Amino acid sequence: MAPNDFLALLPLLILSIAAVLVMMLIVANQSHRVIQMASLFLFLTSFLSLFLIPVTLPYAIAPLLLIDSFGVYMMALIVFSALVVNIISYVYFEGKEEGPKEYYVLLFLCTLGACILAVSQHFVSLFLGLEILTIGLYALIAYLRSRQRAIEAGIKYLILAAFSSAFLLFGMALIYVQTGSMSFSLIAHSLALETDLPALFLLGIGMMMVGIGFKLAIVPFHMWAADVYQGAPLPVTAFIATASKGGVLAVTFRFLTSIDGLRFHVLSASLVVLAMVSILLGNILALQQKNLKRLLAYSSIAHFGYLLVAFVPNSPLSLPAMSFYLSAYLISTLAAFGIMAVRSDGTEEAEELASYTSLFWQSPLQASILGLAMLSLAGIPLTVGFTGKFYLLAAAIQNNYWALALVLVLGSILGIYYYLRVINSLLKGGTTTGALPKTAFPYFLVLSLVMLSLLALFILGLGVFPESLIGYLKDLQMGGTTSVY
Amino acid sequence: MTLIYLIVILLAGGLLSLLAERRSPHAPRWVALITTCASLVVGLLFWIQHYPQIIQSPADHWLERFQVSWIPSFGISFHLAIDGLSLILLTLTSFMGILAVGCSWNEIQEKTGFYYFNLLWVLAGVAGVFMAMDLFMFYFFWEVMLIPMYFLISLWGSEKREYAAIKFFIFTQASGLLMFLAILGLYYIHGQNTGVYSFDYFDLLGSTLPPSLAFWLMLGFAIAFSVKLPLFPFHSWLPDAHGEAPTAGSLLLAGLLLKTGAYGLLRFVIPLFPDQAQAMAEPAMVLGVIGILYGAFLAFAQTDLKRLVAYTSVSHMGFVVLGIFAFNELALQGVVMQLVTHAISTGALFILAGMLKERLHTRNIDQMGGLWSRMPQLGTLGLVFALASLGLPGFGNFIAEFLILMGAFEESRWLTVVAALGLIFSALYSLRIVQKIFLGPQERYGELPDFTVRERWMMAALALSILWLGIYPQPIINTAKPAIVQLVKLMDIKPDTTSQHHYGP
Repeated sequence: MAPNDFLALLPLLILSIAAVLVMMLIVANQSHRVIQMASLFLFLTSFLSLFLIPVTLPYAIAPLLLIDSFGVYMMALIVFSALVVNIISYVYFEGKEEGPKEYYVLLFLCTLGACILAVSQHFVSLFLGLEILTIGLYALIAYLRSRQRAIEAGIKYLILAAFSSAFLLFGMALIYVQTGSMSFSLIAHSLALETDLPALFLLGIGMMMVGIGFKLAIVPFHMWAADVYQGAPLPVTAFIATASKGGVLAVTFRFLTSIDGLRFHVLSASLVVLAMVSILLGNILALQQKNLKRLLAYSSIAHFGYLLVAFVPNSPLSLPAMSFYLSAYLISTLAAFGIMAVRSDGTEEAEELASYTSLFWQSPLQASILGLAMLSLAGIPLTVGFTGKFYLLAAAIQNNYWALALVLVLGSILGIYYYLRVINSLLKGGTTTGALPKTAFPYFLVLSLVMLSLLALFILGLGVFPESLIGYLKDLQMGGTTSVY
Repeated sequence: MTLIYLIVILLAGGLLSLLAERRSPHAPRWVALITTCASLVVGLLFWIQHYPQIIQSPADHWLERFQVSWIPSFGISFHLAIDGLSLILLTLTSFMGILAVGCSWNEIQEKTGFYYFNLLWVLAGVAGVFMAMDLFMFYFFWEVMLIPMYFLISLWGSEKREYAAIKFFIFTQASGLLMFLAILGLYYIHGQNTGVYSFDYFDLLGSTLPPSLAFWLMLGFAIAFSVKLPLFPFHSWLPDAHGEAPTAGSLLLAGLLLKTGAYGLLRFVIPLFPDQAQAMAEPAMVLGVIGILYGAFLAFAQTDLKRLVAYTSVSHMGFVVLGIFAFNELALQGVVMQLVTHAISTGALFILAGMLKERLHTRNIDQMGGLWSRMPQLGTLGLVFALASLGLPGFGNFIAEFLILMGAFEESRWLTVVAALGLIFSALYSLRIVQKIFLGPQERYGELPDFTVRERWMMAALALSILWLGIYPQPIINTAKPAIVQLVKLMDIKPDTTSQHHYGP
């Protein structure tokens, strides 16, 4: 490896070193507070290092990784999500029955895995990143191991993830048999002259889609989502919904785009179908949920359906539209889970919709943030979610995917119903101040709320003035240098 | 710059009233009153200042424009412009705003800050809709007026408020999203044809569209506006929303939100899709006539006063559709008059219903009767607005409906004859209102307070304006004229070219 390779890998290296450092802090018997501050600092460092990568992009570390501006943006989203999750974790885990320290080690490892996914251009690094991510998640999901739901969720995720990894591996093997390579660019090369997909390749990519579908929880591979969301500790749920799914989405997008798979009708048609059923079923399942975690689980199924809409047209708009909507989704989802985490106490998760009744009159700040997040997820103008949906619709309509656009609209209409229910319960009820605000960990509570308010500002700011982000995303590049192996 | 002030005043007032609640629960209503009065003053000054220009009816009917770039990547700009039609509706917006604040004065006692915030933001959204000349921005404001309205109904409404609010929201949002799809379709077709990707109204005007697709795009717009209007099969949200909303909510719905539907038809559907609008005229007029009769029938059958008034709106808006799709100057002038007079007369009836509810705690007209003896002033004004609503000469509504029927007669005689029957039905339901509420014996209630000073001022303003519109409507007609002449010209040119195409040598 050349010295420059280390510089290009700086963000990933910081994340791996951070995991070791935190482990050493645990050994040194430091308090939760110290560990939290240290990991906050380390997350910040790795986030900032993403903007200071001292090599020219795109930079290939052959054959496994390719650091390009798309990958860097995706890593930025992932690390940022992890950073927010890290901040809200203190308030959440302090006072819980489990010692929260090892949690941070796992959080770093999972983030590392997701980041590797975002820059991988080879099946090996894809699988490596995915396994680093999922193995960490098994432990994280079942972290509060004395709780029945957590164990159930952990086991469920373990079995399904192992199952989907098996599909993924077998799919990769079949593609390898057909093309003789595992690097995305060489696969693309061997497909370049084909007008129809070879049968073996089709089978392989179909199996890979099953595996990826499980990780993204799109219909019909969505069964685990609601239970795992509900059983996992709230910050972990937030991590699964954002960083973990974001990483998998990034690598899926990169793979499909670099092999130019969507020019094959069978692939684009099946993605259209997957997107449509995810949008419709996700929204329909969410309609009557009274548990906010489950509601967000089903709504995230629908949101990944929306994101697939950006894939399909396979046009210059696909990449910026997908990146924009993913950013919008991450910001809004983090804000929503953040408020839930802040409101949870030592024994109970604040997950029942009923427990949010008249929150606006007791704690206007928290309720406003949660309300804004819901409006943004619903895609109401003035919020970033609306601009994102606009971008997706633009991508679909530009290439005459009218049916897909109509389904997206239909899904949004269904979605409004349940997001409005949440907002309704925030607002209804008397103005009497009933519950006292939680004051057990004032500094970290304030820090969490500051972070969440910042997210709310992003939701509004990017909703009203999206031009800066749009301009940035339009210049994102994917790929560039081909590897030799 | 006046244009941007009109919106900013309202938005800022909304935020200010949210903050003012900290000081005292009564502070927000003062903030709201001052804000709405200020916006009315700005609007009226603008009108007076430009009136000489309007009278000359210049070829360019736009009075003022304001444009800054917003999202240049997509060709979206913050583009406001105003002509006579928008100016009339904007002034109406501020006027209705003041009345809405007035009738909430004592009705709203809790969460006042958030209440007036929503009220002012609805007004800001409506003002934006009447001025936006960028289709993206138009949709943006379309939503801005929707969400606060949803909160007004769902938080301060009566018993079935959540159901009504969600129904209202889903109807309008669903149709709004269809419009948004149509806007995007228009954007891309125009962009692919000309290479200029722009949401700007003036760029998109006169873009050539493939006829098959143009029909669907037109339908996307037309459905959104018909739901808002509401046109006959899309009206089912209206009685629920009107019935359950607080008084000011019903006032804003009837007075302003319904008008945005008509405005959209006039401003967007006809100029952007003249051929398709021509093709749609016949069915649209039939639906309008059905609306007139059906609304009147249902109004006659209601016992809930607010639902009754809501159905009269369906009937009155039928006239609007009939007039719009007649495409001649007379009918379109009638439409503009109808928009203004309906806002005033129906608004007044909703305010009266609110006053009765405040005093009797019921909206059921079977539990009323003989109230004239208890509240003679309220009874008199009730009679005045019932007569205005049935179209008695001397009130603005007469001028409006007369002009519409005259104009429509040239287009389609039989439909006009049937529509004119609506006038008889409106006499039936209007007189029924007066009879059931104010006449007859009264034993149920003891002393009831008549108008307070605040209520007297509000009703005086409404009564005077409806009389003024009935006796001297010329300023409104003059102001609307340049825009209407433009529309008629557009429709006159188009059919000629197509007919030449068909029957030419």
